[in-house]
Amino acid sequence: MQNSTKSPSKRSRIEKKMDYIIYVLFSLLLVISLISSLGFALKTKFHMPNWWYMRPDDTEQFYNPKEPFISGLSHLVTALILYGYLIPISLYVSIEVVKVLQASFINQDLQMYDDDTGIPAQARTSNLNEELGQVDTILSDKTGTLTCNQMDFLKCSIAGTAYGVRASEVERAAAQQMANDLEQDGRQSSVSSKRSKQDIELETVVTSKDGKDNKPPIKFFSFEDDRMTEGNWRKEPNVDMIILFCRILAVCHTAIPELNEETGTYTYEAESPDEGAFLVAAREFGFEFFKRTQTSVFVRERYIGSGQTTEREYKILNLLEFTSKRKRMTVIVRDEEGQIILMCKGADSIIFDRLAKKGKTYLEDTTKHLNIYGEAGLRTLALAYRKLEESEYSAWNNEFQKAKTSIGADRDTNLEKVAEMMEKELTLVGATAVEDKLQKGVPQCIDKLAQAGLKLWVLTGDKMETAINIGFACSLLREGMKQICITTLDSESKEAIKENILTQVNNGSQMIKLEKDPYAAFALIIDGKTLAYALEEDMKLLFLGLAVDCASVICCRVSPKQKALVTRLVKEGTGKVTLGIGDGANDVGMIQEADIGVGISGVEGMQAVMASDFSVSQFRFLERLLVVHGHWCYKRIAQMVCYFFYKNIAFGLTLFYFEAFTGFSGQSVYDDWYMILFNVVLTSLPVISLGVFEQDVSSDVCLEFPTLYQQGPRNLFFDWYRILGWMGNGLYSSLVIFSLNIVIFYDQAYRVEGQTTDMSILGTIMFTCIICALNFQVSLIMTHYTWMQHVLIWFSIVAWFIFLFIYGMLPPKISHSAYQILTEALASAPVYWITTLLVTIACTLPYLAHMSLQRCFNPMDHHVIQEIKYLKKDVSDQVMWRREKTKAREKTKIGFTARVDALIRSLRGKLNKKTHSIESNKSYPPS
Amino acid sequence: MTDTDRGTQRDRHSAFSLFTQQSLPACKPVLTPEWVIMTFLFIGFIFIPVGLVTLRASHSVVEIVERYDIGCVPEPFRIDKVSYIQDDSIPKNCSLSFKVPKYMKAPIYIYYQLDNYYQNHRRYVKSRSDKQLLHGQNEHGISSCQPVEVNNDRPIIPCGLIAWSLFNDTFTFIRNRAELKVNRKNIAWKSDRGHKFGKNVYPFNFQNGTLIGGGKLNPTIPLSDQEDLIVWMRTSALPSFRKLYGRIEKDLDVDDVVVVHLMNNYNTYSFGGKKKLVVGANWLGGKNDFLGLAYVFIGSSSVTIAVVFTLLHLLSPR
Repeated sequence: MQNSTKSPSKRSRIEKKMDYIIYVLFSLLLVISLISSLGFALKTKFHMPNWWYMRPDDTEQFYNPKEPFISGLSHLVTALILYGYLIPISLYVSIEVVKVLQASFINQDLQMYDDDTGIPAQARTSNLNEELGQVDTILSDKTGTLTCNQMDFLKCSIAGTAYGVRASEVERAAAQQMANDLEQDGRQSSVSSKRSKQDIELETVVTSKDGKDNKPPIKFFSFEDDRMTEGNWRKEPNVDMIILFCRILAVCHTAIPELNEETGTYTYEAESPDEGAFLVAAREFGFEFFKRTQTSVFVRERYIGSGQTTEREYKILNLLEFTSKRKRMTVIVRDEEGQIILMCKGADSIIFDRLAKKGKTYLEDTTKHLNIYGEAGLRTLALAYRKLEESEYSAWNNEFQKAKTSIGADRDTNLEKVAEMMEKELTLVGATAVEDKLQKGVPQCIDKLAQAGLKLWVLTGDKMETAINIGFACSLLREGMKQICITTLDSESKEAIKENILTQVNNGSQMIKLEKDPYAAFALIIDGKTLAYALEEDMKLLFLGLAVDCASVICCRVSPKQKALVTRLVKEGTGKVTLGIGDGANDVGMIQEADIGVGISGVEGMQAVMASDFSVSQFRFLERLLVVHGHWCYKRIAQMVCYFFYKNIAFGLTLFYFEAFTGFSGQSVYDDWYMILFNVVLTSLPVISLGVFEQDVSSDVCLEFPTLYQQGPRNLFFDWYRILGWMGNGLYSSLVIFSLNIVIFYDQAYRVEGQTTDMSILGTIMFTCIICALNFQVSLIMTHYTWMQHVLIWFSIVAWFIFLFIYGMLPPKISHSAYQILTEALASAPVYWITTLLVTIACTLPYLAHMSLQRCFNPMDHHVIQEIKYLKKDVSDQVMWRREKTKAREKTKIGFTARVDALIRSLRGKLNKKTHSIESNKSYPPS
Repeated sequence: MTDTDRGTQRDRHSAFSLFTQQSLPACKPVLTPEWVIMTFLFIGFIFIPVGLVTLRASHSVVEIVERYDIGCVPEPFRIDKVSYIQDDSIPKNCSLSFKVPKYMKAPIYIYYQLDNYYQNHRRYVKSRSDKQLLHGQNEHGISSCQPVEVNNDRPIIPCGLIAWSLFNDTFTFIRNRAELKVNRKNIAWKSDRGHKFGKNVYPFNFQNGTLIGGGKLNPTIPLSDQEDLIVWMRTSALPSFRKLYGRIEKDLDVDDVVVVHLMNNYNTYSFGGKKKLVVGANWLGGKNDFLGLAYVFIGSSSVTIAVVFTLLHLLSPR
């Protein structure tokens, strides 16, 4: 119960805003109903007695001139019903239909279908589609969402030599991007670029030889270097160190081997996935750990000596376990020769502090390599050893045992102290680099999302180091980014801790404020314990302020409840749309709390999916879900709602104007059937097709121009300016439709035979104008016509005439005044058609002019792209197209591209220095 | 990704998958400057000529409007016109004359025009029985005729306020001392005569009550031939309206003087309504400058927008 949150009911922002529009319209309805009933009361009181033709002497209460108050009151009811068209009740029905269809498009999208698992994306609720287009912050779980929780051994540095040629993804992309840029520069200055290109190649890592040899991939092992594999390391200069390195990998761990009966190989049950990767690596290098007893570790060594496989036993004398505080693990073993060796692996900084003076031989090279690995987003550990004398060891061991058996509060500190005594004077062997296997496509997806201007917060239950490494791997963090770590120290009073956190938060904010470098990026890293304080009432806004200023935020060691609390803080504190994504039961709170919850239907069971609003099977599908479907749905619904209000205002107000001319008596100029069909058939299909099929740009373009997504979070299509604009357009249209018709038809004959119009004819003409104008208007809003839109729009107009024809053919008992109205009275009158054309154009002309001006002189992003696509410039003018694409990225400080950019910036900086020094060398040659 | 791509490509041909993947071939018109200018010019080039033609035609239509509601009340009664009109003993005949300003080709239409007369009021509009008009004597379906539905417990035919308030001024036209014949047939819609007003329905007890509203009807003529009534029963859309009275089927020459003898029976004085006699020729309809003007206005606005747009575009090209 501790971690459970209330299950919420979610509505999208557009719908919430729609409520306000409904209030506005409802007030309008009340106002005009009141005006109408007041008018009616006055007319009844002062004019009715004079209207002998209405028998004022013989009236029921409703028209009684003597009781205008009652007349007015009862008329209010009539008016409310009559003007009910202002409030588009059918809007809700249409929106539901549209959303269900949109959701089915999401469900059927093949590009969000996971071939491996056969799970498609699923919109589990249809009322948040458009919210997908307005997301500002994504809060993501880590394990199972971003990563598969699988480590791959990628590189190592032994005795100052770097092994492992396979480049990490970041490096590969950086090299590629640099090459591209240089090609462009090269046109301008070919000579200098040649040299710089070589220099850069020296700087960048050797690119991988992917695809040349197709060895089957080994799980947890992506290492690739001929010098090390197949026992080739025997030819390397530092064989001893390599052997030592491998032995540390094979011995210094807490894993248990398991024999796979089918393949005859061992798999390892390790405490952390890193250890598993190390053991696999050791096995591949020829040091296969295969047995663990209470006291010993057994390793099968293949390439040592004569080439025969020998089994060696290492007696474990002591094991100093890994803790997050110690950040290292040590074993002390006695090998078969009786030599006592201390083997230690741990975070590089910890190890480097404990090196002996003699042990620093490779320190410089290893540090260099570690920096490279860190930059490439790899998890690194340093390995070291120490040979012990028997006497030295037994002296220490006595103390250690004493500390171990002691009882008391300070047992742990004692143990630590003793361990500390031994873990020094180490000799550095090398370092490992492990890649935390991300899910397929995650860095690219995060990169695109970042370019689309989305912020990504990672909320994970993992420990800080792991989280930071993942941050590097998904380019949420990079070298040169200033990390603001907020942590607490134990054993302090609550006040002191809070005080401490407050100072840290304030310092962080200060630091950001004072930063002048525009490229500077900050990352906030906070752990769960600290978060518990930071989320308290008095601090949470300060904390949020800091977090929002940071390019990326990583919260580690958070409980499920805290995930939900952070989500709520972001949601309520920033007022922007949040999206929570996760795959496990511990993400349910976050998924429910966020405006949109996305569940990953992966391996961790279905709880997250059950609680979610959308489910996808891989994190990478989030990109398409948001950038394509979200963007489309947002614009579709926004435009659809705006048009709906427009259409109902345009129609509803004509009823009011007309009523004013009938002495406010509540008479409608339209036949009842016209009014019923108006929302049901004659204008609903085009607007639904607008809501279902409209695409401002195609899905490919959406993905190529992620900036377009920002139209949603910035709410460019459903702000009050636009809504009021559409309402104003509706008002204008209603005035145009009514006044033109009235002036043209009120008294003059409209036919060659000299007939004048009556109420039913004028009503029909006016209604024709409305249908044509409104449907023409919706066709102008659309920019994407498939045959379906054509059919639906033109059908709506044609349907009106068909209806009118059939209705007129029915006997007068049913059709009343509309009997034969089209065939006899209207179709043969040219004025009817001329007026319809006039009103249609007059209604849409301002919109058309406005759109044209906007497109030409103040175009929105999608206008530009539409035009480029329309003119096929993307094919004919590649340079321009690429330039536009680069422009279409949101300025972002996280993600792959930002990282590549940062890398290029730093390389350029180095390059400049280098060229400078080369030139100065040239100018002053040593004599 | 590649697998799904291949999957998509495999299905590219099926129309249904094109639909579900939202990639149906589409036409995407874009308002490029060229298109904008062309469109507005096009609208202009359609609308201005149509407008000019309509305007010219409308100008050529001769229309004579004579207001007679005040002029036809003799001087002594002008203080209290209502009692004048309600007093049956005073003769209501009156005459007026007009000069034809321009040659008028037959047929020439005669309308009466009422202003400030709420024929579109809900109470008024509802007060009729279509069933009775078509089928006649019937106790049922006349409740809608309130408040004029029965007389001596028998339904009035035709019942309802509209029929009861039938317009009853009459006009006779004289040119050069000879009567101009006014054809009063075929002034109502054919469908009304054939399908809405019964051939066997006779207004035998119309206007027999204590309170007499407007005109009376000849009880020997079936409703389907009472065209005045049929025209009147088509309620107007606005409180100011014209209704067809008849046609003169002779041409009128310039400077012909036409004398109209009229019976000023109908009471518009109670509510200050105007009565007018309208004599007009016809083209596609009556004299209607507004339609032409509106066309010219819209057309020229389009052209203006096109020009402004072109200038803006030339001055600040993208």
